[in-house]
Amino acid sequence: MLTPAAFEPRGKLPPRDGSSRLRFWSVRHARGLERLYAAFERVLRAVAPLARKIGLERLERPVAAVEATVKGALFDCRMCGQCALSSTGLSCPMNCPKNLRNGPCGGVRQDGHCEVYPQMPCVWVQAWEGSQRMKGGEAIRTVQPPIDHRLKGRSSWLSVVAQAAPAPEAKP
Amino acid sequence: MSRPHPDDIGAEPHAPLPPLPGHSSRGRLERVLRRGEFAVTAELNPPDSADPEDVYKRASIFEGWVDGINATDGSGAHCHMSSVAICALLTRVGHSPVMQISCRDYNRIAIQGNVLGAAALGVCNVLCLTGDGVQCGDHPEAKPVFDLDSTSLLQTIRTMRDERRFLSGRKITTSPDVFLGAAENPFAPPYDFRPLRLAKKVEAGAQFCQTQYCFDVPLLERFMGAVRDMGLDKRCFIMVGVGPLASARTAKWMRANVAGVHIPDAIISRLEGAKDQKAEGKRICIELIQQIREIRGVAGVHVMAYRQEEYVSEIVHESGALAGRTPWRREFQPSFESVETLSAG
Repeated sequence: MLTPAAFEPRGKLPPRDGSSRLRFWSVRHARGLERLYAAFERVLRAVAPLARKIGLERLERPVAAVEATVKGALFDCRMCGQCALSSTGLSCPMNCPKNLRNGPCGGVRQDGHCEVYPQMPCVWVQAWEGSQRMKGGEAIRTVQPPIDHRLKGRSSWLSVVAQAAPAPEAKP
Repeated sequence: MSRPHPDDIGAEPHAPLPPLPGHSSRGRLERVLRRGEFAVTAELNPPDSADPEDVYKRASIFEGWVDGINATDGSGAHCHMSSVAICALLTRVGHSPVMQISCRDYNRIAIQGNVLGAAALGVCNVLCLTGDGVQCGDHPEAKPVFDLDSTSLLQTIRTMRDERRFLSGRKITTSPDVFLGAAENPFAPPYDFRPLRLAKKVEAGAQFCQTQYCFDVPLLERFMGAVRDMGLDKRCFIMVGVGPLASARTAKWMRANVAGVHIPDAIISRLEGAKDQKAEGKRICIELIQQIREIRGVAGVHVMAYRQEEYVSEIVHESGALAGRTPWRREFQPSFESVETLSAG
C-alpha cells in the first residue's frame, strides 16, 4: 500500500516507475545544473537591492509560484522553503518518505530502491550519485539542521535575496 | 570466575555510578568502552504487556553477559512497551539499558522532554535512530512524524547535554548526561556514502555506533577501512550487529521482509545444508563474532537474537567475545537486598 509522505502534495502519489521522471535526469545532469544555478544565484544577488525596494513580502507569492513550477518540474520540489538541493546532489530530500535531510536510512534495498516505496530509487542513493558529479558535491558532508516547518511553501530564492540585501535596521 | 571491574559497581544498583573525568555519562557501557575492552550489548524484545516482571525476566537472561541492554523503540513499526519505560525499569535493578529513540513517532518537543525524563530516571545511554517506515508495521495507517532525522536528533541531544539548552535556546538547569549512540548500516547502498554518513553522525555527537546485522564480513571490512582512514574509530566506538539465524527459511524471510538486512547466499546455503539449522545458525553467529573481533577499529558487538534471546549467553561465551571478563551482575552488587525490596514494592 502506498502511504504518501508528509510533504507529498495533495493528490500526488509517489512515482511508480522512477526512471521516467525528470528528477532523475536532473541528478544525471547535476554538474550542468549546478553551473546554471550558480549563474542564477548571481542574478538573484544582483537584483536583491531592487527586490528589497519592491518588498520581499509582496514578491513572496509570485516568486514562490514560479519557483514551485520550475523546481517542481526539475526536482519534484516539495517547497520546504529551505532548499538543500546543493547539499544533496540535486536530489530533493523531501521526496524521501522519511524526509531525511542528512543521508539515507538503514532500510535502503539492495537494488538501491526505497524501503517504503519499492518502485522508487532511494532519494539518497541518487543524492550520492549527483554529488559525485558536482563540483561542490562535498557539501553532502555538511550536517543539516532540523527543518523549520514554518517555511513550508515559501520561496528559497527570496531567502537568498534577503541574505544578499539585509533588511535595513528596524527603527526603534 | 573473574569479578566485574570495580569501576562498574556503584554503591546502589539503581543510582548512576560516580562521575569519571572525560566521561559524558555515569553509565557502565561508556566505562567499558573507554577502558578499551571489547564490549557486548544485546537487544531486548519488548513485551506487549504492562507487567514489569515481563521486562525483568527478559533482561535477567542477559545478566553477567552484556554491558548494555538495548530496549527497542517500536521496532519494525510495531507497537510494544515503550523504550523509555523499559529502560527506567531496568535501571531500578542495576542494569545498563540503552534507550532507543526513533524519529518516526515523536516530534522535537516530545523527544526533548523524553530525554530529560529518561536521564532523570537514570538512563545513561541513548541510541538515535531514524526508525522503520510505518508501512511495515501493525499500524500502517499511522501518521509518520519524522520531524527530526537521526543526525539532527543527535545534534539536538548533544546541545541539551553540552550546552544545557533546548533547540529553542531555552536553558536547561540540569543537563541530561547521556552517552550518545548512532546506528549505521554498512550493508545497504550507497556503500561509499555510509562511512561519510557515520562521519556526519559523529560530527553531530555520536560517541558509539551500533550497526545493522552483519552477515557479510568483506563488506564490513570495506566499511571499516574507510572508517579508519577518516579516523572515526578513534572518535566513536563501533559495535557491530550480529545475531543467530533460526533457519534457512527465517533467513530468506528476513532478507525479503526486514528493511536493510543483507544476507549473502553463501550463508543461506550453509544453513540449508546443515542437519540442525538452528545450531548451525548459532555456529555462524559465533564465527562471525570471532572474525569481527579481529577487525581493527571494532569496539564491540551488539547481539540481536530476536526470539532466541536464551542463546545470547552461549553465543557470547563460546565466541570468547568477553575474553574472560565478567560484566556486572547482581551477585556482585553490595546492596542487592535493597533492590529486592525496591522491585517488590
